[in-house]
Formats: sequence, structure tokens, C-alpha cells
Amino acid sequence: MTLLELEGVTRTVELPDDEPLHILRGVDLTVSVGDHVSIVGRSGSGKSTLLNLLGLLDNPTSGAIRFDGRLISDMSANQRDRARGRDVGFIFQQFNLLGGRTALENAMTPLLYASGRQFWRREQIALEMLDRVGLSHRAQSMPEKLSGGEQQRVAIARALVRGPRLILADEPTGALDVETGASVMALLDEVAHSSGAALITITHDANIAALARRHYRLDRGVLAPVDVNRVLALAQPEVTL
Amino acid sequence: MTGIVGAFVEAWSEIRIHRTRVLLSLIGVAVAVAALTSVVGLGAITQQATTENYERQSGRPATLFVSAYNPTTGATPDAKTLSTAFLTVTDRYSVDWTTRSTYAQVSVDFTEGLTPVDTMVVDVDYGTMHRVQMLTGSWFTAGDEQRLAPALVVNETVWKRLGSPDLRTHPTVTIQGADPVTAVIVGVTPDPPYSQGYATMFMLYDSYMAIAAPAQVQSLYPQFEAWVPTDIAEDLTGLIQRDIAGALGDGWQVDVNRQDYLVYQGEDPLLSIKLLVGGVAVLVLLLGALGLVNISLVTVRQRIREIGIRRSFGATAGRVFFAVMMESVVAAAAAGVVGVFIAVLVVKNPMVVGFIAQGITDVPAFPLEAALIGLGAATFVGALAGLLPALVAVRVKVIDAIRY
Ligand SMILES: Nc1ncnc2c1ncn2[C@@H]1O[C@H](COP(=O)(O)OP(=O)(O)OP(=O)(O)O)[C@@H](O)[C@H]1O
Ligand SMILES: [Mg+2]
Repeated sequence: MTLLELEGVTRTVELPDDEPLHILRGVDLTVSVGDHVSIVGRSGSGKSTLLNLLGLLDNPTSGAIRFDGRLISDMSANQRDRARGRDVGFIFQQFNLLGGRTALENAMTPLLYASGRQFWRREQIALEMLDRVGLSHRAQSMPEKLSGGEQQRVAIARALVRGPRLILADEPTGALDVETGASVMALLDEVAHSSGAALITITHDANIAALARRHYRLDRGVLAPVDVNRVLALAQPEVTL
Repeated sequence: MTGIVGAFVEAWSEIRIHRTRVLLSLIGVAVAVAALTSVVGLGAITQQATTENYERQSGRPATLFVSAYNPTTGATPDAKTLSTAFLTVTDRYSVDWTTRSTYAQVSVDFTEGLTPVDTMVVDVDYGTMHRVQMLTGSWFTAGDEQRLAPALVVNETVWKRLGSPDLRTHPTVTIQGADPVTAVIVGVTPDPPYSQGYATMFMLYDSYMAIAAPAQVQSLYPQFEAWVPTDIAEDLTGLIQRDIAGALGDGWQVDVNRQDYLVYQGEDPLLSIKLLVGGVAVLVLLLGALGLVNISLVTVRQRIREIGIRRSFGATAGRVFFAVMMESVVAAAAAGVVGVFIAVLVVKNPMVVGFIAQGITDVPAFPLEAALIGLGAATFVGALAGLLPALVAVRVKVIDAIRY
């Protein structure tokens, strides 16, 4: 079942006293329920820009984005906010946990915007999710007291508490060492898979990208499928850097 | 529903985390609310004191005073005739509260001998009409008029000179009218703070008439008062004047007029003071609000990233607006509670009360309206101060906020 569909999506920003900057040039992409897609690309190639569009945080300059079969340009800002809260979970490179709140409070945050059972039982749901990522014993810890890997696991729990159908991970291992990154990624892959959510991972790291089932490369605003072996091969020069 | 609860939860956690900063910004609001509430509260007490004072002196609004004299000779009709006319006429118009009152000297036999005591001779209604306060015992009742031994309400000084007897033992004292009579003390009034040691007492009009010597009765010039609803006071003035004049017959000039404080002074004799102090308090409150706006604006700028994160997890623009607004409202309302609490401590402080309302016998309870005004003002200021930061928060661009 198709969850997300991009057709000829472009994103251009107007720069003052300069030519407009074409960050994305005609991106086509279809993501189905349960998919695992990786997108690699150099710094500045437009990966985060694309991710914002996928997560309904931004509007394309031209082209069509369909979420759940609905054109997002037809949805009101409120509808997009609600759809995002319900169906999308973000994981950021810098974790982006809320300071001063415990791991549990952080994991509970998205449930504050839910309604009904999810809202009223938010603490229990968040605790269960922290348990899933192996952090139930740190539920009352502040993010500053947690290691990078632990923080990213809290972020994963937070992204998953509302049971989203789409998980967007922007450089989820970017701030972690190789070993921690691999274990966090394995966890993310496992949790996403068992919940049946589609996972889109944006990364520099070919080894992380290789975990996905389908592989894309973003090059100066153009998205193209790549062969996984080519991805790994491409990664070699970077590793030596 | 969950949206509102959720926004409260968010606002509260926000306040908890920025405790110190929020606390500092709220000191101004709390102080201003304390000032405002104190002003309103003290205003109510002062007003109560002033009103009580006025009413003790010249009756509650509207009290009609009736008098009569002969314009050519200057003579007054005898007390009994005027008394009968007054009671008949007020009865005709169903006036519920009437009293006669006059001063007399009645000798009281204290252990050291007979002493003249200034006595107010009144009817039962006088107690209510002039808000007579009791220290112990009770004011006269209708039954006291029929007693063989006249009832007395004495002041503290008299009571103490008699050895402060327990009124439940029905203490008696001998008084000197035409002949010595045994009287029963039924109540004691407190001495006003600055005239202690001065013996006075009350006696019922009919009791006094029964024991007084004929010469004393002759020299009596009672006042006649009727307490009537203010809205019909004017009509009744004319009717009572006409009917009493008719009852007395030709030759008598009858005057009926109001003397309660409302006639002399507008609705509120303290309005100007209240406006002044209230104005200052509102100014302080606005300054407090300004501080609050300032701090919450700074706070929101620091929180742009956090707002972006929340938006990425499904917080709608409206929700962010409401949550930021709520923070300010919840915090200011909490400061308001503290302010009101301080105001209660100030207003109920005996020193303050003694200073502001000297001689008040019945300190009113802390006025609810003052507390409500204080809380309302705090909440309003919170909403006002929250508006600007909430607008800033809504305009946060999510993509830019979480971009690093
Ligand atoms: N709002 C904007 N205004 C101006 N330039 C922008 C804006 N958004 C993105 N860009 C530019 O577009 C390009 C792509 O940005 P983007 O953040 O998508 O890159 P990226 O692939 O995520 O890079 P990185 O790997 O470093 O995160 C960059 O050169 C960036 O400076
Ligand atoms: Mg990026």
C-alpha cells in the first residue's frame, strides 16, 4: 500500500541579490507501508530539505506530494500538523531532546498532542516504549546525563510512541561512534520493522545505508536509485577520509 | 478536551523547568496584586467603619426624623401626643422600623452610692436601626417592654463597676426613678476606644416612662425616627408629614427629613481616595505586566528550537499559541494567589486595621470581591503578557528552528 508519493517535486529558495537556489530538481519517490529506504548524498545535496518535505514540514515549490493518497497542498496547515503528529516520527542527528525534561517526559511529548486513550495513558505508553529501547531504568534521567547512544534511543522511543506509519531519520548515527551507531541503527530497524512502519534513513554512512532495502542517492538535487554495492563502493573514499 | 488539558500540562512543565526565572518575573505581579487587593480590601474595611460610624450617629439609609413645633410660640407638642401621632401614622404606612429616642439621667446605685448615668431612652428597633454592638448579652427584645423590673443595656464601664457579672445570672441593680426600682441588666455594649470610663446605658422608652417622675416626663423631648426603604423614602416623607400635621391639628409645624449619611454625601464618601490608590496599584500592575512580557519574550526566543521540535511531533500552531499563553496565565494566576495571600495578611493585620479604621468594632471578613479582583487582574495581566510571546511562538518556522 502506497503511503507517500512524490512526483516531480522541486524546492527552490529565493536568495536576496542572487539567483534562486534550486535545492531539489524534480524528485520522484514512492514509499509503501513497511518499506525501508535509504538516501545518501554529499553535504549540501538537499537531503534535509527533502526530509522536511517528506515529513509535511515544508511545501514543494512545484510538483505533487501525496500522503495517504491525499495531496498535501490540499490539506490545511492544521490538518498537516495533525497528520504529522499521528503518522510521522522524526529522529534527528542531534537527537533534539528537550532539555530539563526526563527521558520519560521526552518520550511522552508527542502523546501530549494525541487524544483519547493515547493522551490519558501517555506515561504508561512512553514507559513501555522506553522499555522497548532498553532504557526503562533511565526513565527519570535528564538527557544531559545520558550518553549519545542512550539519547538517540530516547529519541527513537519518542518517535515511535504514537505508532507512526512513517519514520524519518536524518543522520540518526551522525553524532555517534561507529559501534554505538550500528547498535542504535539495528534497534531502529528492528523496532520499525516490528511496528510495520516505513523507515526512511538519510545518511552519509554507506554501512548504515546498506541496512535498507531500497537505496537512493541525492546528487545536487536529483534523486536516483542506486545499487547497494555501488553505495558501499562509493563509501570507500569517504571512510579513508 | 485533551487539547486543553495537554496545553495545561505543557505550560506547567514549562514553568516548573524555568522556575527561577518565572519566579523572578512574577515578583512584580505578586506585589502589584497584593497592593491592588489590599487597597480594595482596606477600602471595604474603611468604608464599613465609616458607614458604621455614620449609621450609629444618624441612622441607616433612609432614616426619617420627625419633629414638630409651634412657629409662633416656639413650643413643642407634648411627648405623649406626638408619640401617639407618630406611631399611628407610621403604622398606617406599614413602616417596620421606628424608634423614639431621648436622653435622660438615671441614678444608678453602685456599691459606693447613687451615681447619675447618661441614659439613652429608646425603642427596641433602635438597636437594629443604629447598629448597636453588644459585648455580651443581647439587645432588648419586645418582651422586655412588658417586664415589671425594667431591662437595661449598660456599657462596659457600668458593667465593670458592677463587677462584670455573668449576664446569665440575671444581675440586677437599683435605679432611682420616682422611687427606687430594681432593674435587670440584659446586655452590655463595648466602650468606644477613646471614651472609656464614661458610664452610659440604654433603657426602653416605655420602661422609662413607667418609672420616671412626672417632672422628668414633662421635660422629655424625644426624637422620632423611622427607617424606610430608600426608594420610597421621598414619598413617605410627604405622607408622614401630612398625616402627623393632620393628627396634631392647626398651629403645629411638622418637619420630616432624612439625616442619614447618604443625604449629605454621594454614594461613596471615600471614592476619591479609592480611585487614587487603585490607580497607583493598576500602574504597578501594568509595570509588572511589562516585566512579564519582557521576560517571556526572551524566553520564547530561547525556546524557538524547542517549539520547532514540538511542532515536528504534531503540535498545531493553535496549540503552541495556547500553551505559551497558558504558561503566562498559569504563572500570573499563581502569582495572583500569592499576592492575594499577602493582601489578606496585610488587611487582617490588627495594626493595619487599627491604623486605617480606628474604633471599628466589627472588622468585616476579608472581602471576597477584593480577592476576586486581585485574581482577575493577575489572570488578565498574564493573558496580556502572554499574547505577544504566543504570537512570536506561532510564527516560528519549524524547518529553520530545528536546522543546525
Ligand atoms: N531556507 C534556505 N535558505 C537558503 N539556503 C538554503 C535553505 N535551505 C537549504 N538551503 C541550502 O540548500 C542546500 C541543501 O541544504 P540541506 O540542508 O538540504 O543539505 P543536506 O543535504 O541536508 O546537507 P548536510 O548533509 O550537511 O545536512 C544547502 O546548500 C543549504 O545551504
Ligand atoms: Mg542535513
